[in-house]
Amino acid sequence: MSFLKVKNLNISYPTRKETIIASQNVEFTLERGDILGIVGESGSGKSTIANAIINLIDPPGEITDGSIKIDNQELINDEQIIQKFRGKKIGFVFQDPQTSLNPLFKIKDQLIETIQTHLDLNYKEAFKKSIQLLKEVGIENAEKRIEDYPHQFSGGMRQRVVIALAISCEPELIIADEPTTALDVSIQYQILELLKDLTIKRNLGVIIITHDMGVIAETTNKVIVMRHGVIVEQGNTRDLLTNPKSTEAKSLVISVPPTNKKIDRFKLISPDGKEITSTSANLTKSIIKTWGVRENKNKMLLKLSNVSKIFDDGSISFTLNASTGNSQSKNQYDNDKVRAVNNVSFDLFEGETLGLVGESGSGKSTIAKIITGLVRPSEGDIKYNDMPLYNSKRKYQIAQSRGQIQMIFQDPYSSLNPRFKVKDIISEPLKFFQKKITKSELTQNVFDLIDIVGMTRQSLDRYPHEFSGGQRQRISIARALATRPRLLICDEPTSALDVSIQAQILNLLKDIQDELHLTMLFISHDLPVIRQMCDRIAVLKNGNLCEIEETEKLFNSPNHNYTRELIRLMPKIESIFQK
Amino acid sequence: MFLRTINKIYDTDIGYSFFNSKIAIISSTIFFIIFLCSAFAELVAPYNPFDPATVSLMDAFIPPIWSEGGTASFILGTDQQGRDMFSTMIYGSRISLIVGFASIIFAMILGVFLGITAGYIGGRYEIVVMRLTDVQLTIPSILMALLVDGIARAIITRSMHDEMAIYVLIFAIGISEWPQFARVSRASTLVEKNKEYVSASRIIGLSNILIMFKHILPNILRPILVIATIGLALAIITESTLSFLGVGVPPTTPSLGTLIRFGNNFLFSGEWWITFFPAIFLIVLALSINLLGDWMRDALNPKLKKR
Repeated sequence: MSFLKVKNLNISYPTRKETIIASQNVEFTLERGDILGIVGESGSGKSTIANAIINLIDPPGEITDGSIKIDNQELINDEQIIQKFRGKKIGFVFQDPQTSLNPLFKIKDQLIETIQTHLDLNYKEAFKKSIQLLKEVGIENAEKRIEDYPHQFSGGMRQRVVIALAISCEPELIIADEPTTALDVSIQYQILELLKDLTIKRNLGVIIITHDMGVIAETTNKVIVMRHGVIVEQGNTRDLLTNPKSTEAKSLVISVPPTNKKIDRFKLISPDGKEITSTSANLTKSIIKTWGVRENKNKMLLKLSNVSKIFDDGSISFTLNASTGNSQSKNQYDNDKVRAVNNVSFDLFEGETLGLVGESGSGKSTIAKIITGLVRPSEGDIKYNDMPLYNSKRKYQIAQSRGQIQMIFQDPYSSLNPRFKVKDIISEPLKFFQKKITKSELTQNVFDLIDIVGMTRQSLDRYPHEFSGGQRQRISIARALATRPRLLICDEPTSALDVSIQAQILNLLKDIQDELHLTMLFISHDLPVIRQMCDRIAVLKNGNLCEIEETEKLFNSPNHNYTRELIRLMPKIESIFQK
Repeated sequence: MFLRTINKIYDTDIGYSFFNSKIAIISSTIFFIIFLCSAFAELVAPYNPFDPATVSLMDAFIPPIWSEGGTASFILGTDQQGRDMFSTMIYGSRISLIVGFASIIFAMILGVFLGITAGYIGGRYEIVVMRLTDVQLTIPSILMALLVDGIARAIITRSMHDEMAIYVLIFAIGISEWPQFARVSRASTLVEKNKEYVSASRIIGLSNILIMFKHILPNILRPILVIATIGLALAIITESTLSFLGVGVPPTTPSLGTLIRFGNNFLFSGEWWITFFPAIFLIVLALSINLLGDWMRDALNPKLKKR
């Protein structure tokens, strides 16, 4: 007798034009003490299943067929039972800890309310239990912190509170929908350890939904692979990851960047199971013809010396200075200011890829923004090709680089103007830099660019919203290439994408770099990706540069404690082979 | 060909929402009938009320066709000068619509320009512009229009005044409506300017003017269109109010408001139709525009969409 039994589950979303089938004949079981991982690309219906279990499918979606049973109790279409089960028997952990707690209530109130709804306890007992729960999820000084509001906790701490909330009524099943996607590596590690601990201690059934194969490898013991609402493969995590049978599972496993070695290109598998070899080499020929052949002379392209950025709030400094007025407290205040980037220096040579790695708030994006002139540095010099990028008044001299520095952004959904056709997005920089360009030259250039990023020419007449995240990122790359850049800054270019798409985009970037002799500054929080992409790596923490080292050296013998910590904590898909 | 276009429109979300909203269809039909009638007043109206040759004082105060003493030649009756009510109203609505559209376009250009630049540039400029809108919003629009009108009267000579009246009116209404546009476009610009496509344009090196008006403007047009539609109804009503008070367009080219004012004098002596029909006409016009604006707001904002 299984604990959770899902049978023949069908969910569809009827829309005006078509009915989208979000899940089709889904069947699986879960025992107590098991951690089940559900993986799949975005839109494969993983979250839909989780929502179906707690009957939280958004209209117009509906469960058309099937059964979901917990301890032989049917859940579908029984609002009363599910109401009782939600919170009491099933705990839910959402992706974003920023929004899953009510910011207006103290942690105490949120916990006690939930506990009292489901358990027959008076206020004092519920309060006591809340403290005990917070201690259990590893919040120090729980007696005091329980009086705090959610905003007084950091992201990881907040996710712990959410987990405390989820286990507060002694549920037997926990569903965690991308519980660590919004968190940094070190915190992700702690949260996953916590979930594993709780599973054993309380004999829970846990479902983890994620797109991160590393997380799957390190935490789960069973796994389901989904595609288009259908389970394509399920089994023991170890068997499935070491010997995937379906194309989908194979493609998922193969596109994960290995953490223990550097590979040249990612292998890609097309839906019919064949391996794709990238062929952009001949496509770049026409581009190279218009650009002229470039050579990398290994000379210094970009030099940052002692760059700092202080984000200060003028109003605070005014009141502080006015109220105290003496120099000592002003110094004190200066030290308290948030230094997003603190005294960072590094060089970037032609043709190399430098990785900037660090957790959120480490200042890696700020550095990219300083180089591109989106944010002014507070101190320090930046030289591009031996010419200063900022003049004496700290004004950005865009003429110094003339489009030679371009950037690819993290969010493919906001980085393209939704009101422009793809054609216009790509041709705008072309027209801007070549005022005298003829119409046929322009069309030819746009064709070349769209070819090189591997999109069809038909896509030029469409609008960005008609494309998927990966395709949009390709359009972004085409736009960046339009100005004939020498330096390409990639700010987390793949963190919003699925693994297999990520592999494609990373391959594309590598190809383009090789063919066009680009220099790259690659920013990411994802160590495995950084390892595959970069020649040298700079590790940042809280705006400080910890160390800068050749990639293999850094991974094999890290010098700095923080680097060592990061490498130890990153989820490793290889760990499954060693178990 | 025509059917295919209709089908294409129906295929878009906004078209679908339009064809599934009775209110939108009815109100837009009414509005376009009024709009076309006033645009082609010469063809629609049976008489030209401003041509002294066709107007005879003998025909004054004829009641509508269905009441006692009505004649078939004047369907809605005539006013105190013997002008056909129906024709006068159609010509009057033309003035109302011209003033309404022109003043809202004036307000939109001014407000959107100040709003986008304030949102994008920020700093002291933003503070000045936004405080200016705050000040402007504390003055009721009628009062503002009266003020402008008063100043204009003092500056412009009396003979010029009748010619200039319509421009003064457009300016007066426009100047009291722009803060709405400035606020909305500033708020939307603040959202848009932090999106990465704006950063990308800056990195390419596009000028700020180009970024503001080529990239940001098309993305903030939706809320601006909605307030422009609702503002149009407001502008028409403001124009009528001013004309009713006698500070609007001159009596020689009466708008709906002026007609209501004329008729008001005869309301208690039994000639109710002279004020009643223009008033109803004004209400229908304003209501249809307002309902259209309401529908547009719901249709363009996915968050308000009913499930």
